Amino acid sequence: MPEITNSVEPISVEVANLVKRFGDFVAVDQINLEVRKGEVFGFIGPNGAGKSTTIRMLCGLLKPTSGRAMVAGFDVSKNPEAVRQNIGYMSQKFSLYNDLTVIENLRLFAGLYSVPQNILQSRIEWALTMANLKGQENLITGTLPGGWKQRLALGCAVLHKPPVIFLDEPTSGVDPITRRQFWDLIHQMAEEGVTVFVTTHYMEEAEYCNRLALIFRGKIVALGTPTELKRDSMKGELLLVECAPLGAAVEALQSAPGVMDAAVFGNALHLVVEDAATAMPLLQKFLVDRKIAVSRMEKIRPSLEDVFVSLTTGRDTEERKP
Amino acid sequence: MRLTRLLAVAHKEVLQIVRDARSLIIVVLMPAVLVLLFGYGVNLDLKGLPVYVLDQDGSQQSQDMLKHFQASEYFHIARVVTGYAELTRALDDGHAKMGIVIPWDFSQRLSDGRPVEVQALVDGSDDNTANVLIGYAQAVVQGYSAQIQIDWLRARGLSIQPAAMSVETRTWYNEDLESSAFIIPGVLALVMSVIGAFLTSLTIAREWERGTMEQLISTPVTAMEIMLGKLAPYFVLGMLDTVISATIAIYWFHVPFRGSWITLMGASALFMVVVLALGFFISVLAKSQFAASQIALLITFLPAFLLSGFLFSIEQMPIALQWITRILPARYYVSALKEIFLKGTPARMLSAELIPLAVFALVLAVVATRSFHKRLE
Repeated sequence: MPEITNSVEPISVEVANLVKRFGDFVAVDQINLEVRKGEVFGFIGPNGAGKSTTIRMLCGLLKPTSGRAMVAGFDVSKNPEAVRQNIGYMSQKFSLYNDLTVIENLRLFAGLYSVPQNILQSRIEWALTMANLKGQENLITGTLPGGWKQRLALGCAVLHKPPVIFLDEPTSGVDPITRRQFWDLIHQMAEEGVTVFVTTHYMEEAEYCNRLALIFRGKIVALGTPTELKRDSMKGELLLVECAPLGAAVEALQSAPGVMDAAVFGNALHLVVEDAATAMPLLQKFLVDRKIAVSRMEKIRPSLEDVFVSLTTGRDTEERKP
Repeated sequence: MRLTRLLAVAHKEVLQIVRDARSLIIVVLMPAVLVLLFGYGVNLDLKGLPVYVLDQDGSQQSQDMLKHFQASEYFHIARVVTGYAELTRALDDGHAKMGIVIPWDFSQRLSDGRPVEVQALVDGSDDNTANVLIGYAQAVVQGYSAQIQIDWLRARGLSIQPAAMSVETRTWYNEDLESSAFIIPGVLALVMSVIGAFLTSLTIAREWERGTMEQLISTPVTAMEIMLGKLAPYFVLGMLDTVISATIAIYWFHVPFRGSWITLMGASALFMVVVLALGFFISVLAKSQFAASQIALLITFLPAFLLSGFLFSIEQMPIALQWITRILPARYYVSALKEIFLKGTPARMLSAELIPLAVFALVLAVVATRSFHKRLE
């Protein structure tokens, strides 16, 4: 395992061979991971990959079929109540009470988490400030804009200062600016020592995480810092090709020798090849032969999305083989 | 169990009830509406039934007898007709419940001292009404007949022999035999079924439907705290509605209230626990508000209405149905209500009602508690 900057910190989430089956369907398949205190750990994957199921098991909401998960020092199967006292959870669907006001929701969750009376007021003040909802205390929650609701939900989930928070797609359906602010909040909390376990299917958000697990069909297909993943996990190398016409080019390149994948990215193509140096002259010729004008061709660093696509398309074809 | 968490849930539930106009209307208005509806609308007493008369005799005596009918509160002589056809038509189209035909030789036979028959045509489409009509008509005619015999004896200077036997009736508990006194106490069982089972059946289902349950169970609050916290406000409302309904019954409809308020509230509290636990259990199972409300109506409100002895007396039901009523908590509560209101039966003599209610309350409370888990599956 490569060096992690905060590896001296204690482990706050530990998952070993965790499995969740629903009938014949394996939603989570033998996953292993460790998250250290103060880390922002991203759980990235498409819808239905098993992100929410994993997070629900870690919050004690679903019972694992097998395997072990420790959160804040407690076993989620054996001691879910102790886990719940030590976590904050924001579910995927907005799930505060829409018919209560902002302050009523906060007071409710303060009560549910047994926030002591003597610090209650200061915690609620803190949550209102953090969520930027000061002066909006008496608004009915259902009338708030989406981004405000998400901030309030986060505020409710952390009123009791939990050491670990689980955020299940906290930014889905939120505009980019609000999303950015939300990530600032997450980092603020991580700096204070809170462990943040967050799922998303936005690849660009993955870059905000200290460390990532890419999950696909219930399995973790890659794990590491964003930089590591981009450096090490890509199968082959990535070429950027600007050419015209794009449509004809992408179609032709699918079957070109040495090309593992070809896809349109903006007004250019991304090609995955085994070795960029040997592939470039061959491809140049290949395209010119087909009367496709190439204006630019260079090796580029892959984005997380490229990494994810290369990891999962590989699996797709492997699984299709009989 | 922690009181802060329980109170947090209860407080939230109160805020939601107060903010939801529909449930608030049900809670505040329903007891009054139901009591008034049953107090005024449902009247099992047969009074002032329309009677058509064909008086072929037209004599002083026939008029006398008709006066006896008119004097009875059960009959109202709606019309005197002149032909048989008119009489049958009135029965056919329902304008008359009974037709009385006085024969042309009515007074002649009476003065001759010969027996005479008065014909009564009765609409038997409602057997209960028909039976009552026949009974009342016979009573009226016999009364008049006795009067004639007495007059006849007197006229001949004979002493009047008192009848050898007679029944001296005295009605207890509901002296005036008002059906409202019989019905209204039972309305409390309906009110409580609606408040307890119907409204609470929505509370858990609503949380699943709106997704708020997932957030709620991710906190350290226990299943027991959620249940008690959610049910406590409804318990209070149910007891409040008991007081409202009983007050209207006693002070507006003048239903006799001979028992003690403490016994009434105690029995009601037991029944409230039963319906709340039942409503909660339904809510846990159904997970959708619509299904929950339908099931709640089906298994609490309808039996309370039909099989509890509230309107239809259990003794007159088929034996099989009578057995079924034994597993209905509402039956015991309705019976207790009637005892408390009309007879003033004290709690220690209500064991036949209160013990089954307590058993139901205990069993259902355990079932409800066991049914609810803080898991998503």
